[in-house]
Order: sequence, then C-alpha cells, then structure tokens
Amino acid sequence: MLILGIESATARVGCAIGSLEGVLASAHSSRGRRHAEALAPQIKFIAEQAGVSLRELDAVAVDVGPGLYTGLRVGVTTALSIATTLRVPMIGVTSLDLLAFPAALTDRKIVAVVDARRAEVFHASYQPGPGGVQRISEPAVARPGDLVAAIEADGEPVLVVGDGAAAHVEVFRGAHVEVADESFAHPSAGSLVALASARAQREEFVPPDEIEPLYLRRPDAEAKWEAKAGT
Amino acid sequence: MTADLILGIETSCDETAAAIVARGSDVMSSVVSSQIELHRRYGGVVPEVASRAHVELLMPVVAQAIVEAGVEDREIEAVAATHGPGLVGALLVGVSAAKAMSMVWDVPFVAINHLEAHLYAAFLEEPDLEMPLVILLVSGGHTMLIVMEGHLRYRVLGGTVDDAAGEAFDKVARYMNLGYPGGPVIDELATQGDPAAIRFPRAMANEGWDFSFSGVKTAVVNHVRKHPDADVGDVAASFQEAVIDVLVDKARDAAREVGAKGLCLAGGVAANSRLREKTLDVCAADGYRAFLPSRAMCTDNAAMVAAAAWWRLQVDGPSPLDIGADPSLRLPIVG
Ligand SMILES: [Zn+2]
Repeated sequence: MLILGIESATARVGCAIGSLEGVLASAHSSRGRRHAEALAPQIKFIAEQAGVSLRELDAVAVDVGPGLYTGLRVGVTTALSIATTLRVPMIGVTSLDLLAFPAALTDRKIVAVVDARRAEVFHASYQPGPGGVQRISEPAVARPGDLVAAIEADGEPVLVVGDGAAAHVEVFRGAHVEVADESFAHPSAGSLVALASARAQREEFVPPDEIEPLYLRRPDAEAKWEAKAGT
Repeated sequence: MTADLILGIETSCDETAAAIVARGSDVMSSVVSSQIELHRRYGGVVPEVASRAHVELLMPVVAQAIVEAGVEDREIEAVAATHGPGLVGALLVGVSAAKAMSMVWDVPFVAINHLEAHLYAAFLEEPDLEMPLVILLVSGGHTMLIVMEGHLRYRVLGGTVDDAAGEAFDKVARYMNLGYPGGPVIDELATQGDPAAIRFPRAMANEGWDFSFSGVKTAVVNHVRKHPDADVGDVAASFQEAVIDVLVDKARDAAREVGAKGLCLAGGVAANSRLREKTLDVCAADGYRAFLPSRAMCTDNAAMVAAAAWWRLQVDGPSPLDIGADPSLRLPIVG
C-alpha cells in the first residue's frame, strides 16, 4: 500500500512517499509562504528518490488543516488532483493531529496549536497513550490568552507543540506549560504517511469529493454580510 | 513541441472552467461553472469566497470536460492553466491542479497568461482570422487596445488609466441598485431608454490610446443625485453609449492607423449588445472584417486557455513546475 502524503498547512511545505514499512522518501522546505512554487517539484523529486512512479500510488493522504488558507488550498488541490486522476482513494488528517503525533512519548497532556494569524490560534488537545495520541477536543480557533487561561484552570501539566506556540511564546510560557522546541513546530509529511498508512490498514479511506480544507473560520465578507443582514 | 489534445483550466476570478481543445481550435468540450450566485449578495467578487469555491468545483468540472469531450485521460497531451493576472488565491487552485495532473500523466504543464487567452478566444471560432488584427479586450478587470501582428506577436496600444470598462458598469449598477453583475443589467435596461437623453462625458476621447472611465461613473452618480426621478432606462442607455462611444472610436482609429484587416472584440464586456452592434457598424463603414466571438467565448472560459497553450507550447515548450501565480501578470509584449 504505497501512499503519497502532502502537507502545507503552515509556512512549511512537505511531502513524503511510503507505506506501513516506513517512509521511502520525503522533502520539506520553507520559503516563506510560497507553497505553490515548491510543492510540485518536491513531489517529483521524492518520487524519483523513492524510485516509484506516481502511477504506482495506492492512496493519497493530505493535511486538511487548519492552517494557512492559501497553503491548504495548494496542498488539498494538488492531493485531490493526483487522487482523482489516478482514481485512488484519499485520507485526510488534521494538521493538529500531525503535530501531536511525534510528541506521543511525553507524559503530559498535549496541546497542538497552529498560528491562525490575526492574534488567534487553531488548537486541539491530546492524551498520550500506549498506542499513540488520542484527540480529546475538536479543532477550534481561540485567542492565545484564552487558551492559556483554560489550560491553567485545568491545572494539568501540558506540552504545547506547533508554530502557534512560537508565534505567541510569551503567552504560552506559563507554570503548567512546557513549550516544545522548534522540531515540533511544523506538521511532518513523514508523520502524515505513518498515520495514513495505519488508517489505510483499517481501510479508513474517503473518496476525493469528501476531502475539503478545514478552514474553521468563515470568509470575513460572509460574516460581515450576515451581521448586516441581521441573521 | 506540439500537443494535439490539451486540457485547459481557468480559475483566475469567479468562473471555474475546464476544456479540451484539439490543435488549438477544435473545442471538444468547454465547461464553465459560474460563481455569480455566490458573489451576488456582496455586489462583487469576494476573493476568499471565490478561492474556496474553486477548490470544491474544479475536479468535478475537469471530470465533466473530459467526459463531454469523449476522450480518455491518456489521450491528453498537455495540461494548461491560467497563472495570472487575477486573484492570487483563485489562480493557485488552477495552477496546482494542472501541475498535479501533468505529473501524473507525464505530459507538459503550460502556464498561460489570462489576457493572451482572451486574445485566442477569437481563433477558436475563426482559426483563419487575418492579421494585423486590432483587438479590443474589455472586461471587469481589463480594458486594452491591442494590435496582433502574428501569432503570439502583439503590441499593447493603450489601456485604462483608472477603472476597467466592466468595472464602471458594475459600479454604476451598484450605485443605482440595479443588481449584480452590472453589465447584463445595464445592457438590458438600455434597450428601454434613449442613449441621447443625457450627454455624459467621453473622457480622453481624442487623447492617444488610453481610456478613463471613472469620470463618466462620477457623472452618472451626480446626475442621479440631482435628478432622482430620471428615467432609469435613459440613464443606463446614456451611460452605456458614453462608454461604448469611446471604446469603439479608439478601436476604429487604431484599425485605421495600423491598416488592420479586422477588428475583434474580447473579454466579458464584448457580450454587450450595443458594443457588438456599433463594432459591426464601423467595420462595415470602413470596409474591414468585424469579428465578434460568441458570448460564451467572450466571458472567462478554459477553451481559450487551451487554445493559447497550443501556440505557447510550440514556441516556449513546457512551463517549469516551480512557477507560481502572478496576480499582476502583464501581456508579454513582442514586436
Ligand atoms: Zn477574463
């Protein structure tokens, strides 16, 4: 079961090809927010490195967000186009799940946070366990201060992962909060392939038309229009 | 390099479109999914709303284009997409999809300039158009007067210094609460009015090849404010006449100056019935060919993207995969 994983939810863009046995090749790059320029050449490169043709893929996995809207659209569209063209199924994984995944060895509760701009973060909480991490809250958007206040009120020791912590480091560095280092700041395409392979094993696929970016916010114009219309 | 069968993709603004075109002129399918209804309540195209809709609509539109063309995936020899000018987030959806499909099929990816694509819309219906040709490209985003001397060889004579012609229609329609988009509404209302009822200004009428439409828009606003009971049909017809007078007069002068064999309309405003009628009149009077693409080919579509790609691929070869979107891309000016 050969899977291509694409992830572009943060300032970093990455892709990997692999299976349950492991990752055959992966690439990541950070050139500001230029996801569209970087992604296609990277996919071509890893296919060559792995010695596989894209036609051999059995499924396409994608980080559906939350994250940078333009980055998500580039990643999701690329993944959708490859899967549709190959007529293979897809697996969507959230950026927050991908961030929590490599932190499974901690004994603290994990809070994954992605920078949402406009002084907000996307977040979700996880409980580490023997089989990996278990998500215990739905992805949501919040002000960093409010999120930290909730963590403090909870009282449990917490490990914070993701670029949302780096963007608001003064807010997050509190009594019960440990902020993970830079290596935990971005979702990894390797983690995506690992998580997706496990789901593929359980046949948890979806057809391409069920994959869409997880925006978590409505377009501003829509919110403003509805406020004005009084609905 | 040539590719007989090209899949074109267009997502620069509020139309999600895909088409299959053979040899740059034979339209085997052209599917356009318009987002007008999504944007209507905002009175204009909202970039974030447009980008989200493109992600949702593009793959079904591409699938439909392939089915309607009756071709197999493996027969497609190149994939082309508009990479500018336009809304950056919207453009990136089409560009990303085209690159991805070209990689899977192992065929060339071709990045196309949206303006160049509009110029090629005419050749889809009339592959033997003689050049030099004067093309008046008028849409919600652009107003340009172009001389096409040969394939991929053109000179931009002039453009708008402020609003695009279509933008002026939209703004006037919005001010007068006529609805969105403004072009078709004003076109329709104008048929019930007198184009000579109000004399609105013809800006820059005798000054070079550039256009300006913000003055006439302001004049309409002032007139309606002063005369709230003015007949809507008269205002619409008089405004439309002022815009079209300047457009056609300049295009006519340009055709004369360059010894054009014909005058051609392109872009969404080219669907305007008064513009079409007046263009036919001057061409008949001056003795050269008028070419008015069908309304479907005037507005944004992907067949014109595939047509331009057929020519581009022969000259430039495939585009690199690291190309992005360029929201302010200009027409490459050659010669
Ligand atoms: Zn256009």
